[in-house]
Amino acid sequence: MQLRIPSAAVKAQYVDPTQVVVDPVRHTTSPLVTGGSVVGIRCCDGVVIAADTLASYGSMARFQNLSRLVKVTDNCLLGGGGEISDFQEIQRLLENLITKDFCFNDEHTQSPRSVHQYLGRVLYAQRSRLNPLWNSLLVGGYTAGQSFLGMVDLYGTTFESEVLATGFGVLLGLPLLRKAYRPDLTVQEGIKVVEDVYRVLFYRDARSINRIQVATATEAGVTISEPYSLETKWDFKGFVNPRSPYDESTW
Amino acid sequence: MYNKQHLDPHDDTSAQRPDFMPYQNNGGTVVAMGGEDYCIVAATTRLGLGFAIPTRNVCRYAILNDRVVLATAGMYADTVALHKVVTARVKVYQQQQEKPFGLFSAAQLLSNTLYYRRFFPYYTFNVLGGLDQDGQGFVYGFDAIGSGEKVKVVCNGTAQALIQPILDNQVEKKQQYENKQIEKWSLQEALDLVKDVFTSAGERDIYTGDAVDICTVTKQRGVVVETFPLKKD
Amino acid sequence: MSQLQGFGGFQFDLLERNEKLKEKGYQVPTARKTGTTIVGVVFQDGVVLGADTRATSDTTVFDKNCEKIHYIAPNIYCCGAGTAADTENTTALISSQLKLHRLNSGRESRVTTALTLLKRMLFRYQGYVSAALVLGGVDFYGPHLYTVYPHGSTDRLPFVTMGSGSLAAMSVFESKYKDDMSRAEAEQLVYEAISAGIFNDLGSGGNVDLCVITRGHTEYMRGYAKENERLFRKPQGYSFPVGTTSILSSIFEKSLAHTPSVTDPESSFSMAVD
Repeated sequence: MQLRIPSAAVKAQYVDPTQVVVDPVRHTTSPLVTGGSVVGIRCCDGVVIAADTLASYGSMARFQNLSRLVKVTDNCLLGGGGEISDFQEIQRLLENLITKDFCFNDEHTQSPRSVHQYLGRVLYAQRSRLNPLWNSLLVGGYTAGQSFLGMVDLYGTTFESEVLATGFGVLLGLPLLRKAYRPDLTVQEGIKVVEDVYRVLFYRDARSINRIQVATATEAGVTISEPYSLETKWDFKGFVNPRSPYDESTW
Repeated sequence: MYNKQHLDPHDDTSAQRPDFMPYQNNGGTVVAMGGEDYCIVAATTRLGLGFAIPTRNVCRYAILNDRVVLATAGMYADTVALHKVVTARVKVYQQQQEKPFGLFSAAQLLSNTLYYRRFFPYYTFNVLGGLDQDGQGFVYGFDAIGSGEKVKVVCNGTAQALIQPILDNQVEKKQQYENKQIEKWSLQEALDLVKDVFTSAGERDIYTGDAVDICTVTKQRGVVVETFPLKKD
Repeated sequence: MSQLQGFGGFQFDLLERNEKLKEKGYQVPTARKTGTTIVGVVFQDGVVLGADTRATSDTTVFDKNCEKIHYIAPNIYCCGAGTAADTENTTALISSQLKLHRLNSGRESRVTTALTLLKRMLFRYQGYVSAALVLGGVDFYGPHLYTVYPHGSTDRLPFVTMGSGSLAAMSVFESKYKDDMSRAEAEQLVYEAISAGIFNDLGSGGNVDLCVITRGHTEYMRGYAKENERLFRKPQGYSFPVGTTSILSSIFEKSLAHTPSVTDPESSFSMAVD
């Protein structure tokens, strides 16, 4: 992973993709097996991150019970969407990082913010090689009475916020999260909020499923729930009988 | 998405992948204005992406030391990367040379850093402001690949076309043919002008909004940051 | 081509020329779009329509307080998203046809008639008339709410959203809609949905407009909520003293505006000679 000064060949490669043969080692230029939205919300006593358990293969609902939430350290967790193979590579990188810390045996561990910055640099370096890790990641954590929530995307964009979402969740989830957010929101309330968001996503995002996992980082450490299904409602009067009352048409 | 010219002519199977575009526009507007004994550097906090607002509160400025501030609009990932490089270089210089990094040196450093990436540019639009050796405020405006100019007042970013003419007209008296006498702006007057142009730009530019971080540089107080609210729609 | 003029519809005379100009690299002017949040919801005895008030051209706000809820008939209104000119003219055209129909038949217009006219017109133009509509009204058969897509397909649903802010607005509907709401509940829900669009979608902004239609009564509430008033103005304002613009040369001519006309036989004034 060394930084390369852009040569004429690299430039040509970017402008004219038919020259791709110049650099045969490229990974994701279009994602294959993908995860959908990840959402997170900061609470006064911790942080909540949730993801559904679907991995799509194009428009096929290929893997329906795949976890996209990972425990990174005792106070830091990670949720990922986008290309699943790239996400698994990121998990491997993080394991190496944490193992290295463990081997030093100096009681130093990565803080959630440093994990977030690390991932930001890795994804930015990869996008700068025109060979991105095709993911959107949420990093959450809780240290010294402070909750943390940050996001990284495939361009290496990094930022922190009280409420965050990726993918379709930006469009359908963020409005609800922003409305629900209060500085004194508790983790228990936060879980209810992200469940509401995933219910809406299941209704309106074609690449989603009503089976989710919710992870929290609190004083007690990181927990990731078993996958569970959300209650949904499909029997509004207008859904049961969408027809016009007099001519039987749906016009 | 798929474009015929992207297809490899030697491969007529299904190698139809969109080539990765490494750039993204996150919008944002930055303004810098230099006065007699102060300098103002301001940057909006909205992170825009298409028609969405992924977050309302990002930091688009970097305080290089107690008299130089850099503010950047454009792609946010590049902004963060550029700020990391420049602040690190300034810190290393100050540790090694045991003297503060000056405004003109910072302008040269920024220009070199940007031009180093001439053929894979940082997609960033910078303004740099601070106090010179005499304590007088000056600012620089740069394009994405390091061409810069020392000026009294400058705007960069998505609302540049809305704000720069007003600043030229008010500060440099451009288009005021019989009213050429350049006045000295007090710090308070300058702050009011900066707040007003950002508020106006927020009315008409969809990528300018939420809030603006206003850094005021003075000899007495160093860099003081104020967050001024804009409309959130 | 011009012999077809009397038959209505659009003129396509310049289409071929314009295509050629485009090929040669001519920049085609862009139309004003209403990147928009528009919604509608059915309640106990009527419908509530809602819209934001921002019209944009690319990333610039063209109009901060435009009207997106269009009149169709006294008991039918229609929200429009897409190209401003298309939504305005399509709704005006159908409104006019319905008025003629009312004058001929002496009966109240029905929502389904408006819908059929709209979808037939839009289908005929194969999506080139880019109007995405939310049509709502109350007629003899009760409240009706429909969406019309630019290609002419339609949908009948208890709650609908359209435009670039449709996802933000739909997130509110999907989490809060319930059957048989009261008028006040429905108004509040629509207001919240439009607000979600205004604050989370960059194509939407400004104020919330609402239109509540019940049997025999329509209330159009322009500026139902105004949450985006300007926050700051420079206290001393901007002043330009007289003489700011230099006078390069001056010519004085006698103004004819107030001189009585010589040819006016009614004029009782004597000829003004200075």
